[in-house]
Amino acid sequence: MSSPTEAPVGESAGAHTRTATDPDRSLARSRSPAMETFTSTAWRRGSAYRVLARLRSPLGVYTVPLVVLVLWQLASSSGWIAPEFAASPVQIYSSAVGLWRAGLLGPDLAISLTRAGAGLALGLAVGILAGTVAGLWRAGEQAFNGVVQILNTVPLLALLPLMIVWFGIGEESKVLLIALGAGVPIYLNLFAAIRGVDRGLIEMAVAAGAGRWRLIRRLLLPGALPGLLVGLRFALAYSVLGLVAAEQINADSGVGFMISQAQTYERVDEIYLGIVIYAVLGLLADQIVRVLERALLTWRPTYQGS
Amino acid sequence: MVATRDGDRLDGTAEPAGVSVRAEHVTRRFGDRAVLDDLRIQIRASEFVVLLGPSGCGKTTLLRLLGGLDRPDSGTVTVPRARAIVFQGARLLPWQRVWQNVTIGLRGRDAKRIALAVLDEVGLRARTHAWPKTLSGGEAQRVALARALVADPALVLLDEPFAALDAITRARMHDLVRALRYRHNAAMLLVTHDVDEAIALADRILVMRDGRIGSEHPVALDAAERVRGYARERLRSDLLTEIGIATGQH
Repeated sequence: MSSPTEAPVGESAGAHTRTATDPDRSLARSRSPAMETFTSTAWRRGSAYRVLARLRSPLGVYTVPLVVLVLWQLASSSGWIAPEFAASPVQIYSSAVGLWRAGLLGPDLAISLTRAGAGLALGLAVGILAGTVAGLWRAGEQAFNGVVQILNTVPLLALLPLMIVWFGIGEESKVLLIALGAGVPIYLNLFAAIRGVDRGLIEMAVAAGAGRWRLIRRLLLPGALPGLLVGLRFALAYSVLGLVAAEQINADSGVGFMISQAQTYERVDEIYLGIVIYAVLGLLADQIVRVLERALLTWRPTYQGS
Repeated sequence: MVATRDGDRLDGTAEPAGVSVRAEHVTRRFGDRAVLDDLRIQIRASEFVVLLGPSGCGKTTLLRLLGGLDRPDSGTVTVPRARAIVFQGARLLPWQRVWQNVTIGLRGRDAKRIALAVLDEVGLRARTHAWPKTLSGGEAQRVALARALVADPALVLLDEPFAALDAITRARMHDLVRALRYRHNAAMLLVTHDVDEAIALADRILVMRDGRIGSEHPVALDAAERVRGYARERLRSDLLTEIGIATGQH
């Protein structure tokens, strides 16, 4: 029985089971076998694989935008896109260099960044403070939630005329608009995150004898951190939106002013330059949040993508 | 609604010596269903009581009342102030490292030192600085056990803490609980639907039925007798029959 003659017996048994099954099913099986084999993925750490992976996506998430940029340049230089419709990336770059050399870009950029920074600082400070108070205490929820929900419903841009009537066309109205854009989303996300902390964990901490302060510091605030970072992402995006609105409608300096000037003189390349600056600001903001997430949320057992 | 928290072993004045838990005429309703109905239970200091019953019989409700997480609709519950709960899931804070999870309810400068000592007892000293996401199910539950024991409780309430573990890990946890029990000398109430677990650990087994303690079985067996033998099998079949009756009436 232990001799190799057993093999044909096994084979015939296999043939028997195949004839016994439905012919369609056996066909499907032969195309995708019922068995799977797993082996080591150590080869992925090898240098050849890493070079290949780098070639497939040499600049990470920015590979696709870069490809678009190259295609755009090719389309412009071959005459597919009319120059009065869209400036080519090279033109945008050279107008940036030109404006910078003439001392026209630097001050505008600086004033825009100052406005965005001041507005963000104010909006985040108020939003985080109010969001924390509202999240932790029912009285805070009563005090702030209604107002913020209403502010969230009213479009940011609709408030601009009101801001100008109240605060004039000076810096206050611009900074306040940006602060509003940043404060509302951070408040809403932080509030929801604190209220979303697992009840079971709170019960555990209370049962273990943790006091009110311990509960806030070790449980509610760290538990709300992922939500806070989501809010921060929105806050940064909306603050740029507020910046654009404030600068394009009533300003005599800043990137938005530069764009509206360019519109008046039909300088398409400078319009694009302004848009590119806003895009870079947005990307920079996103990178900051990514770094924060990596540093602060190492404990999180979530899906990292495949 | 009377829920006193007296009877602390330190002063020992509120209760006659040697009583850790005393609950009388306890009723708890959810809607029009009386989950606990005029229940009475008493646990002596450093006694190990196992509360046995099918799921949905009110075991966890009773444990939550004794833990102070819920209040009775009528009746009184008196438990030590120094008490701890080990839940069904480990309930670790994912954003705190293992030792910080253990010190969640602990005050004072040497909190970490005490936490390390207890982690040593449950055999997890090496995982002191690990994130909870890297722990196995058994390790997580041992951290939960360490968290319960770290404040030196007079009463430990265990709510099916080993239900999700495999047989071997569960047996190891039983050994651990037995050892910790003698070292810390705390009264323990374990809620479970596992008859073998009850026999392995209990000084006294209570079977719940109709929102009350249906029957009581003192377990005067030594370690070997709990594993095999006539007395064990007899007790086991009695308990299974009683739980079967309790289940049938649901």
